Amino acid sequence: MKLRIKYSKLGNLRFIGHLDVMRYFQKEIRRAGLKISYTKGFSPHQIISFAAPLAMGITSDGEYFDGEFDEVTTSGQMIDALNAVSVEDIRVTECVMLPEHAKNSMSSVEASDYRITFSDDTEETNLLLASVSDFLQQDSIVIMKKTKKKEREENIRPGIIKMEVQDASIYMLLATGSSYNLKPELVMEALCRHAGVSYDFFSMHIHRLETYLKEEGRLLPLYMAGTRF
Amino acid sequence: MRKLALSDQILMQIEKPARYIGGEYNSVIKDKSKVDVRFCMCFPDVYEIGMSHLGIQILYDMFNQREDTWCERVYSPWPDLDKIMREKRIPLFALESQEPLKGFDFLGITIQYEMCYTNILQVLDLAQIPVRSRDRKKGDPIIIGGGPCTYNPEPLADFFDIFYIGEGETVYGDLIELYKQYKHSDMTKRQFLISASQIPGLYVPELYDVCYNEDGTIHDFGPKYMEVPEKIVKQVVMELSDVCYPDKPVVPFIKVTQDRAVLEIMRGCIRGCRFCQAGMIYRPTRSKNVEILQHYAESMLTNTGQEEVTFSSLSSSDYTSLPELTDCLLEKMEHQHVNISLPSLRIDAFSLNVMQKIQDIKKSSLTFAPEAGTQRLRDVINKGLTKEDIFQGALEAFQGGWNKVKLYFMMGLPTETYEDIAGIADISEEISELYFANIPKEDRDGRVTVTASASYFVPKPFTPFQWASMITPEEFTKRAYYVKDRFRQKKNHKSLKFSYHEADITILEGLLARGDRRLCDVIYDVYQAGQIFDAWNEYFKKEIWEEALKKHRIEIGFYTYRTRKTDEILPWDFIDIGVSREFLVKEWERAQKGIVTPNCRQKCSGCGAAKFGGGVCFEA
Repeated sequence: MKLRIKYSKLGNLRFIGHLDVMRYFQKEIRRAGLKISYTKGFSPHQIISFAAPLAMGITSDGEYFDGEFDEVTTSGQMIDALNAVSVEDIRVTECVMLPEHAKNSMSSVEASDYRITFSDDTEETNLLLASVSDFLQQDSIVIMKKTKKKEREENIRPGIIKMEVQDASIYMLLATGSSYNLKPELVMEALCRHAGVSYDFFSMHIHRLETYLKEEGRLLPLYMAGTRF
Repeated sequence: MRKLALSDQILMQIEKPARYIGGEYNSVIKDKSKVDVRFCMCFPDVYEIGMSHLGIQILYDMFNQREDTWCERVYSPWPDLDKIMREKRIPLFALESQEPLKGFDFLGITIQYEMCYTNILQVLDLAQIPVRSRDRKKGDPIIIGGGPCTYNPEPLADFFDIFYIGEGETVYGDLIELYKQYKHSDMTKRQFLISASQIPGLYVPELYDVCYNEDGTIHDFGPKYMEVPEKIVKQVVMELSDVCYPDKPVVPFIKVTQDRAVLEIMRGCIRGCRFCQAGMIYRPTRSKNVEILQHYAESMLTNTGQEEVTFSSLSSSDYTSLPELTDCLLEKMEHQHVNISLPSLRIDAFSLNVMQKIQDIKKSSLTFAPEAGTQRLRDVINKGLTKEDIFQGALEAFQGGWNKVKLYFMMGLPTETYEDIAGIADISEEISELYFANIPKEDRDGRVTVTASASYFVPKPFTPFQWASMITPEEFTKRAYYVKDRFRQKKNHKSLKFSYHEADITILEGLLARGDRRLCDVIYDVYQAGQIFDAWNEYFKKEIWEEALKKHRIEIGFYTYRTRKTDEILPWDFIDIGVSREFLVKEWERAQKGIVTPNCRQKCSGCGAAKFGGGVCFEA
């Protein structure tokens, strides 16, 4: 049985990298006594796959992994079992069963949204907030994207699905996943440049809200691919 | 959310910030207003190494069971963070509370190898705690050292208030009670230390005086005060099965060296190899009963979620209930997907059978530790392993499908000749021959490889070789070239590999292992010159050590290349490990004659450890 599990990664866990979070869950699942399926052979490993890796320094309420299980109880019981043996800053919030031939979480991801808050209510912050709509008016937003070997120009405008000011924070919905992936830091860097403000990752806090798949042209949270049980 | 000691800016610019944030599963958070004693355990090396150490997990668990004490952890900041902390004057902090160490009551440092000595100074200095004991006052943390290197603590005498000689489970309770009296009264630090020195096993270096002879040897060593004991008797736990054991060890977020549940099955070793310090200082050999271990295996796996379990002991093959224990774990492996990682076992039918069940033979290699190239020299070092044993084991392994063999040797052993080291190449060649002679061509799967490696022998305190000389690094390298050349001449040289250790680090290990108090200033200066992480090849700088030795007019040969007389007063003679000096002298003499001494189960040789009243000495 294939389950999709949603979790939050909060607080100090923002300093734990993606691979370590995967290792963390392998142990948490065992502590919880859940019957996850293993591959065969001399070094069996859990059949588990994680969606949309989150960069270090960013927190999230919309993280996901899919796991194959030999036995299941109920969504509620499985969520409780995991949270009972968890560190404080990891919280499982949803657990659904996927239909037989569902795409795995990694390849389903189409978008994710973020809230960017600022540590200080400075003039620069206000300047940034004020320039969001103007920033979005641009037909193309070209940035220099660094890859391992070289730098190249890239237009990130098509990756910004939605972006607006909410209270004193910025909300953005960005293309995520294997077809096109846009990181919130890059958008913020471009916005800063547009507003003539110097970019400082540490003066803001980026929080991922949800990760989405696309079904019949609509964006749905990843857990909507399955059903509670 | 716990507030972190380091800012986001710092954490995002250093390697592996998870090393410094704490919060791991099973780490212990207490209400600091409800405890009287703040203890911090330190392993003076990087997090991944320190977190793999069993001793700290045991003591962490033991201290945290006390309501009056909160025990936390700290490890050496890696050079990237070290630099930032110095620039920004950030005091070193404990992982759990993220609070500066300088506010703690105790800092307990485990001293596992000599090349971490500069890291001890790094930890104290970064913590903004005065590095030398004499500069610390009441209110500064008490710095206490433990672990194998405290069997000669003298090179570190200036930096520690107390050394705990022996196993930590016995008298820490007494020390904490005494400390609480000291903390809440007008008792002076000196009074406290004098009282502490009367607790068995605790050595307070500043309460002792040393005088030297003109030739540099020790003339006299003894306590400055009447009430301070002359001899420190090491602490041992006699009922190993009853002693506390961490069934909820801390589970690190990042991958550490020992990323598995560790079952301690035995302490001590019956073998009595003459080069091995652990084999002497942990006598008598004591075992845990198998039911307790099965219980711990179960609870540790449940409480950590670890996928792998391993054993800790000096020689697991000598654990009498090993088949029962492995059966129980093999069953778990089948039902709960637990991997077993076997520590080095003697290669025989039993261990091969177990390994066949748990490993992918094609990928795994088998390890033998002949330690010396000829039977003569193996007899000198009392390594019970014969060539026949090795060949028998290797043959069975080849027939079982293995084709990779690793061999461990030492070079520079007492009485060693070029003939002995030529034996390293000979035995490797003969093992590969065994493969070609016994495994038919059609059954051969890939090439057979025999990998031999040679380390540079370091004489250690409390071994029969504590009086022996080391060869020079130049001679070691010369011998290594000679052996390499012998390998090249072998018919099967394409199947053989030979490697050897870094000589420059090892000679300093030799210096520190048998050093005395006069080395404190050298270590201090080496640290002041910017040296840390000596155990890491990439950070070790020979020149800094050479300069400091020169400055203090310390002749490295005095400590390393000199054969000591058996009536010389050695810096560690004030420690009583149970094993008598007479026994060590007799073993040193037998070594030179190449006479083998039977192991503890074959025949008691009267080493003296029986005085502790338990273990193998009293087995039926």
